[in-house]
Amino acid sequence: MTVVVGDRKRQRWVEVAREFWQARSGRIGVIILAFFVILAIAAPLVAGTDYINPVKARAAGLPQWGTPAEVGPLGTDHFRRSVWDQFVYGSRISLLVGLAASFLTILIGSAVGIVSGFVGGKLDSALMRITEWFLVIPFLPLAIVLAAVLGRSLLNMIFVIGITSWPSTARLVRSQVLTLKQRTFVDRSRSLGGSGLHVVRQHILPNVSGLILANTTLAVPISILTETTLSFLGLGNPQTASWGKTLEEAFVNGAIARNAWWYYLPAGVGIVLVVLAFTLIGQTLEQIVDPRLKDRR
Amino acid sequence: MNARFAIGKVAGALITLGFVLVFNFFLFRVVQTDPVATLFRGRNIPQERLDQLRAEFGLDKPLGGQFVDYLQQTAQLNLGLSYQSRQPVWNEIKSKIPATVALVGTSAVLSAVIGTALGVAAAWRRGTKTDYSITTSTMLFYSMPDFWLGMLLLVGGAIITGIFPVGGIIDAGSSRAGIGRLLDQAHHIALPALTLTLAYLGEYAIVARSSLLETMKEDYLVVARAKGLRDIKVRNRHALPNALLPVVTLSAINFGFVLSGAIAVETVFSWSGLGKATSDAIRGPDLPMLQGLFLLFSAAVILFNLIADLVYGRLDPRVRT
Repeated sequence: MTVVVGDRKRQRWVEVAREFWQARSGRIGVIILAFFVILAIAAPLVAGTDYINPVKARAAGLPQWGTPAEVGPLGTDHFRRSVWDQFVYGSRISLLVGLAASFLTILIGSAVGIVSGFVGGKLDSALMRITEWFLVIPFLPLAIVLAAVLGRSLLNMIFVIGITSWPSTARLVRSQVLTLKQRTFVDRSRSLGGSGLHVVRQHILPNVSGLILANTTLAVPISILTETTLSFLGLGNPQTASWGKTLEEAFVNGAIARNAWWYYLPAGVGIVLVVLAFTLIGQTLEQIVDPRLKDRR
Repeated sequence: MNARFAIGKVAGALITLGFVLVFNFFLFRVVQTDPVATLFRGRNIPQERLDQLRAEFGLDKPLGGQFVDYLQQTAQLNLGLSYQSRQPVWNEIKSKIPATVALVGTSAVLSAVIGTALGVAAAWRRGTKTDYSITTSTMLFYSMPDFWLGMLLLVGGAIITGIFPVGGIIDAGSSRAGIGRLLDQAHHIALPALTLTLAYLGEYAIVARSSLLETMKEDYLVVARAKGLRDIKVRNRHALPNALLPVVTLSAINFGFVLSGAIAVETVFSWSGLGKATSDAIRGPDLPMLQGLFLLFSAAVILFNLIADLVYGRLDPRVRT
């Protein structure tokens, strides 16, 4: 019996994957994302860390503001550091923060949404009050204030983004859980003596997992853009250079006035492409798991 | 309008504001245990004077008493002294409001109008080349960090071509008045306003498009067509009034972000408004300034959300229950 259920579940995911690949936007998203994930994993193969260090870059005789024509891929910055190496290693930080923060967002959002929708009553109204508060408060100023107070580190950055962006997920998951609660299979399971936890694990979670997955994918662009903005405003970790941090340094040190395009273009293009990839993947997934959206495209 | 609905919404907004005040007080107390020590760090001030100052600031009182003081001072717009300028925070903030309202207000209106028009055009010609190019380009702008778009426009419009100034609100040392001054300001606002318009436009286009597509499925549009109405009349008289409701909400909410919406973009263009003040306060760090700015930003959003709710209740009777 359990084998059959497992098979059916697997089949459902295979179907989703097939439908996903058939959509052009989904395909494009996956290809772009795959490129950057491979770049981030293979960073040591395509770039070095030596010339990210200004002292070593100076010892190697690299010039300040070297153009790509003079010093090879993507030139050097005001500290003689290689922009290409920074770009490749920056992809790791940006992807890491984007994914980790989204994971935290979804974790909090789903937990609040499921508990709120399933338990209901006073707990529900209390949780929804908090959720609404977070929704009303301007997101970026809140993130800025938290980041400024907590201090500049990678973990704080992830925490700040996660703690400020979970409410919309919570609302979405809650409304889904509320509809599921009305369905007969939940009543059946309860009348057969299933505990609350059992119902959530066996009936609620499997039915909201598609929605949660699509939502996670759509949370990543927001996380990455927030990280970029916070880093640009000087709230990023000074030791690890994300793409946002690179843009900050380029701006603060006058790359715009010199039009050192090799310094301010790559990180921005990287952000746009990764954000676009996640958006495309998320939208495609959303359409597959939420049939109501199908004919909107 | 239903009075109970309105009172409920106003009460909700006040409670939210109350939460902001509590949050603001405790968050900054966590880091800033002794503002006097921070404010006069590195100066040779005798201990008695410091104690006296602490008493003046009310820091010798228990936390509860300090919170009551904080509420009273906030109600009187006494937000403390800026670490950087040593001027009252509220004076600093007040002087920067007009610049931000001018910049973000202009772009908020432009992006709402242009974005909605694009979204409507895309939905009405769904699946065509027009739809495809509008959706793709708005999504591209939506994916860009707004300040990076600003950097690109700054390079293109000011550094390379020299058409626009590289930053600021008016030419330094300019003594022009009247029309000349206005033109000078328009010259300066062009690039940052364009940046913000492009950055916000996508959201309106997406919302307007999907809302109109949703409305287009309604039976009453089939009826309108069956009556033999022309296409444009079906769209403007029957489809749009209902389809644009979410756009109204979105714009009201976005107007609430008018004050806080341009933090990074103002920084790029050295536009000395609230956003630039925020990024300067981060670099200080100037905590009283940040605290005051956060309070103002939150209050603005809460106010405009309330307006959005009330307006929506007027426009759409279904939500008034």
